[in-house]
Amino acid sequence: MKLSRILKTILLTDFITGLAIAIKEIFKSKKTINYPFEKGKISPRFRGELALRRYPNGEERCIACKLCEAVCPAQAITIESAQREDGSRKTTRYDIDMMKCIYCGLCEESCPVDAIVQGPNFEFATETREELYYNKEKLLDNGDRWETILAANIKADSPFR
Amino acid sequence: MLNYLSIIIEETYRILFLLVPLLVAVAMIVWLDRRVWAFVQKRRGPNVVGPFGLFQSLADFLKYIFKEIIIPASANKVIFILAPIITMTLALIAWAVIPFGESLVLSNINVGILYLFAVSSLGVYGIIMGGWASNSKYPFLGAIRSAAQMVSYEVSIGVIIINVLLCVGSLNLNDIVLAQKNIWFVIPLFPMFVIFFISALAETNRPPFDLPEAEAELVAGYQTEYSGMMYAMFWLGEYANILLMCAMGSILFLGGWLSPLEMYPFNLIPSALWLIFKILFLFILFALVKATVPRYRYDQLMRLGWKIFLPLSLFWVVLTSSYLLYFNLLPVN
Repeated sequence: MKLSRILKTILLTDFITGLAIAIKEIFKSKKTINYPFEKGKISPRFRGELALRRYPNGEERCIACKLCEAVCPAQAITIESAQREDGSRKTTRYDIDMMKCIYCGLCEESCPVDAIVQGPNFEFATETREELYYNKEKLLDNGDRWETILAANIKADSPFR
Repeated sequence: MLNYLSIIIEETYRILFLLVPLLVAVAMIVWLDRRVWAFVQKRRGPNVVGPFGLFQSLADFLKYIFKEIIIPASANKVIFILAPIITMTLALIAWAVIPFGESLVLSNINVGILYLFAVSSLGVYGIIMGGWASNSKYPFLGAIRSAAQMVSYEVSIGVIIINVLLCVGSLNLNDIVLAQKNIWFVIPLFPMFVIFFISALAETNRPPFDLPEAEAELVAGYQTEYSGMMYAMFWLGEYANILLMCAMGSILFLGGWLSPLEMYPFNLIPSALWLIFKILFLFILFALVKATVPRYRYDQLMRLGWKIFLPLSLFWVVLTSSYLLYFNLLPVN
């Protein structure tokens, strides 16, 4: 062992430099955020909780083409449809099993009328399994709740589609 | 009879007067530890419960109380339950002799430092019993490691204490503090202070010597099978021990409850506060070390204890005593 190495070991120089760095880091700005009170920025393409959208006049967008059901790799979507009195084809049942869903975004991708979309919400943990079997009512409700953000996100992302 | 009763009541008051602030201090120190650790890593640390998250430990404590205590089927139940109780009790009774001022001490016994050393050495029993009674691999290996580590470093701590005692000539903790009136022992015995600090880290199983709880290898060491309140008691005992080591360090080397300068602005602060400042200073150093240094390997730990610290501190005993003898400075004739 060289003399300089021995001196370094005895005087604990490495340790003291490390400690000095640690003390310096204390006064630097924090890299984390106060999560439940402040949240990080989310991309318009963020794939969160699913929602069914409506047209501005209140008519639901979904035309029951079942493309999303067909494309869903996890087979989480179940759709049943019937003809309404006015002749349009609408869903009578639109269920998504959120525990099967893998948030791949293929349903949103395949939808010809932008009905099924993935919103910015990712905080929808529940206490029971049953609450995660979403039906049409729940999905439309999600769509109503997040509509402004959903519309803005689709608009922001449209040049890249 | 009534006389005895009044003495018992008075003593109980005095004990509670020490114990309650101590337990609160332990809770706060856990918060401080986590906070310093987080700050070094540029995180925020616990900051939600109460102002600056100060009540985080209380919330944790409540959580531990309501958790189920699981005793493994193959465990030795009596020893299993006894182990955390012993750890915590030993960590708390050692505080009886710590002087917070000239007369601000629970029991001013003549062999204070010996008592302190003996009690802190007994602490290993709680860990060994916990590890053994769990009747499971990881706790057992953790307890063995911990025992070996604590015993090894206790040797060098003992020799370092001899160094200080040579300069004082008394085992009474108040005398040790008063002997530092002119100069704190940290200045003439600086290398010993450094060795004491590192040994204290090893003695209390703090990083970089937290091998008994090396989570990558041993899950949680001797605490693996513990849950709920029993785990919390180990945890309280551990932090009370860390505080005790900081108190020992400040009494032996940093002048205990003495103010740094016998001058006007320093005189106003009560002596107990000076000791608390010194303990806090040492504890923040403990926390900073935890945040900075990576864990030692087991053979490195043993090599450091037996081949470096022990010879060095023994050599320093010879140096100190010969110096004192040559210049005729020995405190007792």
